[in-house]
Amino acid sequence: MEINIQKRVLEANETQADTNRMFFKDQNVFVLNLMSSPGSGKTETLCKTLVRLMPRIRVGVIVGDICTTNDADRLDVTGAKVTQINTDQFGGDCHLAAHLIFSSARQLGCEDLDLLIVENIGNLVCPAEFDIGEDARAVMLSVTEGEDKPLKYPLMFRVADVAILNKIDLLPYLDVDIRLAKDNIQQVHPHLPVFEISAKTEEGFSPWLEWLNIKVFEKTGKGL
Amino acid sequence: MHEMGIAEQLVNIALDAIPEDMEHPVVEIVNLKIGRLASVVEHSLTFCFEIITKDTPLENARLKIDVVPVTVRCQSCDNTWEVTGPVFTCPFCKEGDVQMLTGREIEITSLELAE
Repeated sequence: MEINIQKRVLEANETQADTNRMFFKDQNVFVLNLMSSPGSGKTETLCKTLVRLMPRIRVGVIVGDICTTNDADRLDVTGAKVTQINTDQFGGDCHLAAHLIFSSARQLGCEDLDLLIVENIGNLVCPAEFDIGEDARAVMLSVTEGEDKPLKYPLMFRVADVAILNKIDLLPYLDVDIRLAKDNIQQVHPHLPVFEISAKTEEGFSPWLEWLNIKVFEKTGKGL
Repeated sequence: MHEMGIAEQLVNIALDAIPEDMEHPVVEIVNLKIGRLASVVEHSLTFCFEIITKDTPLENARLKIDVVPVTVRCQSCDNTWEVTGPVFTCPFCKEGDVQMLTGREIEITSLELAE
């Protein structure tokens, strides 16, 4: 006997992600899902980004890590509203699922925010598979990780709406071809905007901030 | 790495699909469709599935996976093709971005039960 089913296995997450999208629309907040490997510089980039955006744009951050509140502590000093999710309470998950984002966003409160940034768990595989109801997905790659990562983790670069190449201040000390890294990103995702930045020196920040400003303005009418 | 979560969802959907009035159901095969670009490792999924189906009608069921190729359409010239590596540039016009047609599926299609 065969029972026909035809169902998407991640349907529960997708349904919750749709609920999140409606909630974020009601709250008039733009949501950015920032993803990368561990140690590529997400938190440092956010610290520098938030300082430049606020108070013109009101920003909140949901930080995901398996353990510790180190990242939330670093972001707290920027003055942004910050909440930390530790997934070890939920089985040490390698990604943030839509239901966690919903409860964290409600706990954080979005009514006084224009931009909510989700700093996802450091991982180039799993977060790409889970819709959280975001408006845009950013993938960060640091130049120390090597040029070939977009080819090794294509789904992450396929689902992204923007890519950030970080740590360009280290280029003089590395045998890394940044043109090749950018070409590899755009082989996986032709025409994907790629911003080359240094979170340490803030080189290259203006085009990245302009992109983010425009995205927030297009959805919320705030910030420009 | 997230295969346990996927296995749990899969088991919930499968158990829900078995009619409540069926006596001693034994599922022999779970048919799945998984796209080549989906982040699912088959042996990890099977391993997790075996652990969480103990003492359920799915115990000893086999996961039969139909692997779906990655196909895309060029948004510039409408060319459609199968992508076999990590390069998504249109081989025809080398121009636009592409729209994914297939290759990201993680779907349960049917259960095969013992008579």
